[in-house]
Amino acid sequence: MPLTTDASRAPSTERAGAVPERTTPARRLSVFLNTHARARLALLLTVPLTWLVLVYVVALAALLVTALWTVDSFTGEITQTWTLDNIITVLTGALYQTVTVRTIAVAVLVTLIDIVVALPIAFFMAKVASPRLQRILVIAVLMPLWASYLVKAYAWRSVLSEGGVADWATGGNSPGFGLPATVLTLSYLWLPYVILPIYAGLERVPNSLLEASSDLGASTVTTLRLVVLPLLWPAIIAASIFSFCLSLGDYITVNIVGGANQLLGNLVYTNVGAANNLPLAAAIALVPIVIIFVYLGVVRRTGALENL
Amino acid sequence: MRLSRTTRVALGTVTVVILAVVYLPLGVVFVNSFSTSRNLAWPPPGFTLEWWGRAFRSQGALEALATSVQVALASTAIALVLGTLISLALQRHSFFGREAVSLLVILPIALPGIVTGIALNNAFRTILDVRLGIMTIIVAHATFCIVTVFNNVLARLRRTGTNLEDASADLGAGVWTTFRLVTFPQLRSALFAGGLLAFALSFDEIIVTTFTTGSGVTTLPIWILDNLFRPNQAPIVSVIAVVLVAISIVPIYIAQRIGGAEQIQK
Repeated sequence: MPLTTDASRAPSTERAGAVPERTTPARRLSVFLNTHARARLALLLTVPLTWLVLVYVVALAALLVTALWTVDSFTGEITQTWTLDNIITVLTGALYQTVTVRTIAVAVLVTLIDIVVALPIAFFMAKVASPRLQRILVIAVLMPLWASYLVKAYAWRSVLSEGGVADWATGGNSPGFGLPATVLTLSYLWLPYVILPIYAGLERVPNSLLEASSDLGASTVTTLRLVVLPLLWPAIIAASIFSFCLSLGDYITVNIVGGANQLLGNLVYTNVGAANNLPLAAAIALVPIVIIFVYLGVVRRTGALENL
Repeated sequence: MRLSRTTRVALGTVTVVILAVVYLPLGVVFVNSFSTSRNLAWPPPGFTLEWWGRAFRSQGALEALATSVQVALASTAIALVLGTLISLALQRHSFFGREAVSLLVILPIALPGIVTGIALNNAFRTILDVRLGIMTIIVAHATFCIVTVFNNVLARLRRTGTNLEDASADLGAGVWTTFRLVTFPQLRSALFAGGLLAFALSFDEIIVTTFTTGSGVTTLPIWILDNLFRPNQAPIVSVIAVVLVAISIVPIYIAQRIGGAEQIQK
């Protein structure tokens, strides 16, 4: 890092010669920081790290520890006896296995649909549209993000409901509520989050490279495959993090348009609320946590996390 | 790569179709806000302005809106400070555990909202023993909003490099002066974009909010969820959604203008 070489530089006070020096505390601290990169780093990191560790890491760790406790079936209070029962239940229970597979399938499907839909529109925005049109399109993609998530899910409910737009347009053959409706609605909700990173990634692909490729005789398809795709890959992975992670934890959309189907989020929610079994809920929550850690671990190598 | 006219037209058509599908449900919401039907029947049986009038007189909705704005402003402010500090640390210094810190920033948004929600709920109630209310919502929102500021500022810092800051230091400016006169102006539009996303994220958040709010504190999404399935309230919810989308043009347009102006300057 270039700034870490500051220590070798003459402290700024020495060159102040002609100007009368005011040694306020702020000035002295500034001189100190100028020569001590580690102190500067500590000053930058202390507050945010304290916040994240105190608020988030501690809370998450406490929740995961809870997974190893049980709930007294008479009092409903959590008893702190150590047991792996909850985790074994989640790993071996048929219900949890089915719902886990279903949730992963929904998340993967939503991610694939979003990427397939986002690629052409992002490509048009970045490489075909004029700067003016480009700006309008970015606004057009961003604007739906401000319509409430709930309202959009509900809009799909009204579109897909009996006597709704889908029924009216297809003559009574609307897909209705269920998993297809859930996949459709989730894809719709996360689409802007997928378009934007891919668009930003395409913007960074220099036009000169594309021209060079075609000058050297490559067809459009070859250029896309050998030049654009490798450069765009981290952006695509970054986009997939949004749709995949957001789908994996959702329980509200599936409540609104999913009929009786449950995803992992629903099981967690039921156990926190109605069943009042926080330890079991924590054990179920471990499933998406582990999946996301594995996913982030795999995609980290592609440099996608730098492209979020 | 030179795209043929056919390819350009095809791409343009696909873009138009996708945007049409994106705006179709919003259009339905817009139409429903004027419909005489209480349960959003299609096609709408008649036209009325009743819901628009009622929405602007709905005490619950207006209070929830005010709460949401307060929460979003406060958590965006915290996220701006924390996000900028972390991105400066990560981009300008190399240190042990750097990767872990960047993962730690991403986690609150990557892990499902319900996990963050019950973890914070549990921590606030059993470990810290604080009353759930607007403060706990702000703390929770700020935590997952840091990442949007972090990403924008980090990308900007990477692009601008350190030449100007080095020059400023060589010319005798102290750490504070350099930040105020050199680093901050370079970051301004990235901060605006990151702050805007943070605001939007907080404003629309429902899951974490459900678990960190106390009795009597209602944000707009919670109010919407409470009223979505009530026949007399659903059209009012539609009105609010339409108003929000319409208002959102302003900040997005400003962000675009700032971004565009900077590109022209280069």
